[in-house]
Amino acid sequence: MNIHEFQAKEVFRAAGIPVPPGEVAETPDAAEAIAHELGGRVVVKAQVHSGGRGKAGGVKLAADAAEARQHAEAILGMDIKGLTVEKVLITPAEDIDTEAYVGCLVDRAAQSVTFMVSSEGGVDIEEVAHTNPDAIKKLTIDPRYGLLPHEAYWLAASLYDDPSLVKQAAKIIGQLHKAFSAAGASMAEINPLITTPAGEVKAIDAKMSVDDNELFRKPDIADYRDLSAEPESETKARDADLSYVKLDGNVGCCVNGAGLAMATMDLVKYYGGEPANFLDIGGSSNPDKVVAALEIITSDPNVKVILFNIFGGITRCDDVANGIVEATKRIDINVPLVIRLTGTNEEEGVAILEGAGMSAATSMDEVVERAVALANPA
Amino acid sequence: MAIFVDENTRLVVQGITGRDGSFHTYQMMEYGTEVVAGVTPGKGGQSFEGPDGKNVPIFNTVEDAVNEAGANTSAIYVPPAFASGAVLEAAGAGIDFIVCITEGVPVQDMTRALRYVRDRGARLLGPNCPGIISPGKAKVGILPAQIVAPGPVGVISRSGTLTYEAVIQLTNGGIGQTTCVGIGGDPLIGTNFIDALSAFKEDGDTEAIVMIGEIGGTDEQEAAAWVSENLDIPVVGFIAGQTAPPGRRMGHAGAIISGSAGTAEEKIKTFEENGIAVAARPLDISRLIKDAL
Repeated sequence: MNIHEFQAKEVFRAAGIPVPPGEVAETPDAAEAIAHELGGRVVVKAQVHSGGRGKAGGVKLAADAAEARQHAEAILGMDIKGLTVEKVLITPAEDIDTEAYVGCLVDRAAQSVTFMVSSEGGVDIEEVAHTNPDAIKKLTIDPRYGLLPHEAYWLAASLYDDPSLVKQAAKIIGQLHKAFSAAGASMAEINPLITTPAGEVKAIDAKMSVDDNELFRKPDIADYRDLSAEPESETKARDADLSYVKLDGNVGCCVNGAGLAMATMDLVKYYGGEPANFLDIGGSSNPDKVVAALEIITSDPNVKVILFNIFGGITRCDDVANGIVEATKRIDINVPLVIRLTGTNEEEGVAILEGAGMSAATSMDEVVERAVALANPA
Repeated sequence: MAIFVDENTRLVVQGITGRDGSFHTYQMMEYGTEVVAGVTPGKGGQSFEGPDGKNVPIFNTVEDAVNEAGANTSAIYVPPAFASGAVLEAAGAGIDFIVCITEGVPVQDMTRALRYVRDRGARLLGPNCPGIISPGKAKVGILPAQIVAPGPVGVISRSGTLTYEAVIQLTNGGIGQTTCVGIGGDPLIGTNFIDALSAFKEDGDTEAIVMIGEIGGTDEQEAAAWVSENLDIPVVGFIAGQTAPPGRRMGHAGAIISGSAGTAEEKIKTFEENGIAVAARPLDISRLIKDAL
């Protein structure tokens, strides 16, 4: 789960990282008032889950509170990579000497947490990694010891020559690691980490992604979820404990297992169709989940056909069949259902469907081909 | 032959009294897996009733299960909050092969557990995996037994049900398997493609391998390079997630395209460059294996 800059800054502040003050506004009036409080010269920053906010015009410097208001008017409601800006962060404009990058992430290959720092901050770090990989220093933490003080110092020393700056940066790196661990993050970054003419080191931007698997034990972080940043159907799916991602096609997919769900979407494409969604009903066989899944899929007006692809393992075909029959009683489904059931309790499942006037196939290719044809009548 | 589990497997089930643990213990025993112990803290001294009136003793700790019942392999069916603790306990007790079925384990918990498992000389499969089955010998996990048959093909996969899809087509096509391994869909896992490929190489009886990958990470790419340098037997690949949008987690915690890395396109290309025949759809896997054999 991605959290917003202003939320990540809260987490960073709590860990002791020097982050300039700032407040969030949802209206130009509020933006002006906050800017006034902060002394007038501020930066107005769009709060959306997207990189490249600056390039999209979502970050603007204001000389006074009136200009901050104008910028807020322009930025609020703006579309950045398909996301509507609903909030802006107002924060004092800092005097900047240098910009560096400091980040850490769960490193799949190293099976640990890896820190990355670069004196080339303020730009996309993936770009630096491509164009000037030597400008990035990396350090993988040994999970037995955590980040050691001399490691933090070594990373900081690659950023600055001035011992005072190195000392401050080393402290910030340690604090960033604490914030990262405490939040159960998968990624945290400060870009840029600035130095000021007064010789201070500060984090003026903050970015963090949290491991979804941590949320059950981190309620404060879970509360950061911005429901306005995702389609309603995805919120509903999460409440029903389903994995759902909305896509743009017209073949609604309901599958058990993430790998099979992806393979089903790919097969829809293979036969010339476009999937309307990714949906994994998971390993359990609760018929209520099937009902919730069908409600979510049918709420997408693009959907012209619903394709079930169930390979029973732990999931039992009879439970899924009961869920389908139950759902057709509870909700109006105005599009055809194409069903594939195979595996555990397949015969019972097929019998339940046939009893309700439906049918099921056993081959994945057969149902996908049929679903694509139904979604795109010649 | 087979890899990781076989007729010498002596299994302890951690979380044997839970809903999933008890159900699958029964299934594993029905398949013929030697389940020698269960562990549920606080329930030591009780027993689990399996098929045909067989009783499995329950212990409070894995250490007791090792000392008193001779367990050498563990299957973990405990909730996410306790899963990494269960892995640590199993490795600490001297279990050689640990299979963690649990889905939703916090990733940061796994960094320490993986390092500990390695330091103890143990092997972890998973977490978030369907487990492993060596047809006719042993099953540890949740893979449906009815879809497999003994034979010469090794199967390695990051997915559960997609593996079943591939395996049943092999079986229906008259091609059996030495071992089917589900390595798991999480970003940090104990056994990756290369670990499983190396084991199949040592196995001797495995004549071809099916590798089923998906979007996210670079494990498949590294495995492909390893295959071309180290393996003489044919490998057939499949990659799920060609239609997955970037930046979105597709069910599995590890199935996410970050930036330009980990796309299906990139993985398929790397497979092909390294001599791995790539199936366009699951149905083609068994045909490509037949051609290869």
